[in-house]
Amino acid sequence: MTDPILEMRGIGKTFGPVRALQDVTMTVMPGEIRAVCGENGAGKSTLMNVLSGLYPYGSYEGEIHYQGKETRFRSLRDSEAVGIVIIHQELGLSPYLSIAENIFLGNERSRMGVIDWRETNSRAKELLERVGLREKVETRVMDIGVGKQQLVEIAKALSKEVKLLILDEPTAALNDEDSAHLLGLMRQLREEGVTQILISHKLNEVMAIADNVTVIRDGAVVETLSNADDAEDKATEARIIRSMVGRPLDHRFPPREPEIGEELLRLEDWTVHHPEDPQRVIVDNASLSVRRGEIVGIAGLMGAGRTELAMSLFGHQYGSRISGKVIKDGKEIRTETVPRAIGHGLAYVSEDRKKYGLNLIAEIRHNISGASLGKISKRGVINKTTEDTVARDFRNKMRIRSSGIQQLAGNLSGGNQQKVSLSKWVFSDPDVLILDEPTRGIDVGAKYEIYEIINELAASGRGIIVISSELPELLGLCDRIYALSEGRITGQLPREEATQESLMELMTMEAAR
Amino acid sequence: MSEAVTQPDRAAEKPPSVFNVGASLRQYGIFLALVLIIVLFQFLTDGRLLQPNNVTSLVQQNAYVLILAVGMLMVIVAGHIDLSVGSVVAAVGGVIGVLMIDYDWGTWITVLVALLIGGLIGAWQGFWVAYVGVPAFIVTLGGMMIFRGVALVLVGYTRSGFESDFIAISNSGVAGLTGFVGMLDAFTLIVGIIGILAVLFFSIRKRLALRKRNLDVEPSVLFWVKLVSLAAAIGLATYWIARSNLALPYVLIIVGAVVFAYAWLMGSTVFGRHVYAIGGNLAAAKLSGINTKKVNFWLFVNMGLLGGLAAIIVTSRAGAAAAAAGTGYELDVIAACFIGGAAVTGGIGRVSGAVIGALIMGVLNMGLSIMGVDPSWQQIIKGLVLTLAVAFDLINKSRSAGRAG
Ligand SMILES: Nc1ncnc2c1ncn2[C@@H]1O[C@H](COP(=O)(O)OP(=O)(O)OP(=O)(O)O)[C@@H](O)[C@H]1O
Ligand SMILES: [Mg+2]
Repeated sequence: MTDPILEMRGIGKTFGPVRALQDVTMTVMPGEIRAVCGENGAGKSTLMNVLSGLYPYGSYEGEIHYQGKETRFRSLRDSEAVGIVIIHQELGLSPYLSIAENIFLGNERSRMGVIDWRETNSRAKELLERVGLREKVETRVMDIGVGKQQLVEIAKALSKEVKLLILDEPTAALNDEDSAHLLGLMRQLREEGVTQILISHKLNEVMAIADNVTVIRDGAVVETLSNADDAEDKATEARIIRSMVGRPLDHRFPPREPEIGEELLRLEDWTVHHPEDPQRVIVDNASLSVRRGEIVGIAGLMGAGRTELAMSLFGHQYGSRISGKVIKDGKEIRTETVPRAIGHGLAYVSEDRKKYGLNLIAEIRHNISGASLGKISKRGVINKTTEDTVARDFRNKMRIRSSGIQQLAGNLSGGNQQKVSLSKWVFSDPDVLILDEPTRGIDVGAKYEIYEIINELAASGRGIIVISSELPELLGLCDRIYALSEGRITGQLPREEATQESLMELMTMEAAR
Repeated sequence: MSEAVTQPDRAAEKPPSVFNVGASLRQYGIFLALVLIIVLFQFLTDGRLLQPNNVTSLVQQNAYVLILAVGMLMVIVAGHIDLSVGSVVAAVGGVIGVLMIDYDWGTWITVLVALLIGGLIGAWQGFWVAYVGVPAFIVTLGGMMIFRGVALVLVGYTRSGFESDFIAISNSGVAGLTGFVGMLDAFTLIVGIIGILAVLFFSIRKRLALRKRNLDVEPSVLFWVKLVSLAAAIGLATYWIARSNLALPYVLIIVGAVVFAYAWLMGSTVFGRHVYAIGGNLAAAKLSGINTKKVNFWLFVNMGLLGGLAAIIVTSRAGAAAAAAGTGYELDVIAACFIGGAAVTGGIGRVSGAVIGALIMGVLNMGLSIMGVDPSWQQIIKGLVLTLAVAFDLINKSRSAGRAG
């Protein structure tokens, strides 16, 4: 039997009074793909940060043995020097630099301190091909979507001599096709002998690719399951969920009896051009509608213009030369500023919680009240008691895992940040709630809870628009689904007729020009 | 573990909670630094620093830093900076000089006009920052030159010989208003006692309210130590001030009112919350429906208004309006904000922190002057204090394990 490549023994980590990890022991064999699963805030990212030296030796308890030797990393550089590369849950790219520059950031191809551009660009090109990203290497990272940025991150990791690759929720922002592509890439790397640790809330992916699954709950290891077909206690999705959540979860989607009323919001001939390049059409003559009590989905591939559609509607926050009509309750309304849009009862929960959703250096309670201060104040003076009560209600209802409502949003785990962002807009009490990837990075148990909240909002007569890359989510949640392809709505399907295949067909339909 | 146990409501169950350690510890940190610096200078100057008359003149000499620091803090929290405050003080001071000396205007109307002009200057700068989108650094750098030039044009020669009413603003106090108790001024004592009672009452009430709302409160030892020392500090200050020749200076009343009003504005109003939101994440603030332009505009109007107030106080204190007034004020004021814990990147900072920062700068100025330290060395020392204070802060922060991203 070979020796393990990695052994973590008795790892513990606290943040002030918060204990994030407790006596975690984990052994990884060379060449395996190990999945780490657990609820939001269970401590997965923290464990990986300890492993990669982001939390330096001395700031945690326990020992790490790598390739047979005890290691004491003081920084990310130390761990990269021995071939451990981590791709963080939150992307770490520099927006103004090109793809090629980002790939070799901190690891520049240079001769005597002078960047060798030819080498940089040609190596970058190879790496992009390997990860299957079709973009020019000179493109600035800020000009490509989150999904593509993730691929750049992976290319960046591959540019280093990686032996142990840690991927923290790499597919959270990817659609099915790109996720599948990434999984293929991971398999290929396994062939090449790269050991990988995968953190993911997408259990189907975990089942498809992992050799073993370690489940963490409340900062401690619950169990490690083998995914080999002949294993005696083989991992199954239900089994993983049960040990993650502590109870079995029978359904992925809560039951719902839709009561659909009159039309609430209609968008007519909505056309949006690119903000910098006004010739380019991003959303092309889109028309859609949502009724009271209805949950409407928007499906589309990355770059189809889903987010752009939503953000241009919500206060013209994206695009230029926006034209078309917005009709609410039968009357045309104008939404060209965010206060106007909010005033007309619209709310938009962004897919990018760090950039557009939260104030990370503010407390949870202030984030939750941030879009609705009018509701908790009188003549400009905030009623803090009400504010706290509201925050506490949401913390309980959404099960936000935190030390209290005063914790800074930036110190929350990714999934819990998402819940805060969602709470903020649910509290604004909108008529029409637009949710852009509402469950990205959220664990299975919490997803169910969020679906319940969405259902509740719909049942109270609101209209919900859900944008999601996860087709099963749209199929499980929505009454009607629009498909968007290259900025055009290529069709809509009622719940009964929609299947993954039929949606996929519409989503990839060439827009007739 | 093989059989999973049911854990019903995990969110409700709360890990041992402690109040926001980082933020408060650093508040204590600078407060403690202030106390240490005072004790140090008291010692170095053989007890001269805290002589009654020096305490009042400390307040009188530093009133402008305190007032400007409050406005600057708000500007910094929103992610901007204002380099023009010194020049604005000179320009408005010039207007005061011309109106009162050349045109014989009365004190009160001049004061009003000075505030108004300050506000207009702020509106000018706010317009460019908020509605045109020129970075505040550039706009106020321009303003720094423009308003210095305006001051030079207005007061080609220094104006002096102001009405005694006007001079009194910064140079007199309430001495004898309601008689004396022994050597102590009665009015000052009353204000001091009311102050102590108010501090006790509000702190305890706030703590009880937090408890009742089930929120994190600071450990009780810390709370009481802080409260008792604060009360003692007010008591001591009252004693010294009451013994001084002026008793309670009028400027202290003005400064006190400004500090309390703005601390409340930033802490308890929608406007204050919007300022923090803009500085914390501008894109998210916009998407939350905050009219960021309007907030930025009014921030600068307010800064100008406080600049006008500072001009009144400075001109009154000097008894003269000179074109060179206010030179270098922006540096002291900005330093005060950063020593007081404001973040360069915006979103973080408190009025109380800026006040403590301003007091640290003031005590340094005064103590070093009493000791007869050469002004060039004073500069060096102040610069070091600023650098070290911020560095200390950062080291502290990274040690409490910041989270990446
Ligand atoms: N810097 C910090 N300060 C305080 N608490 C922190 C800090 N970093 C993490 N925590 C806490 O540690 C716990 C574990 O967080 P971690 O990010 O590891 O969760 P996770 O398992 O990765 O969750 P997710 O699936 O949501 O990403 C959380 O309760 C979080 O609030
Ligand atoms: Mg995580």
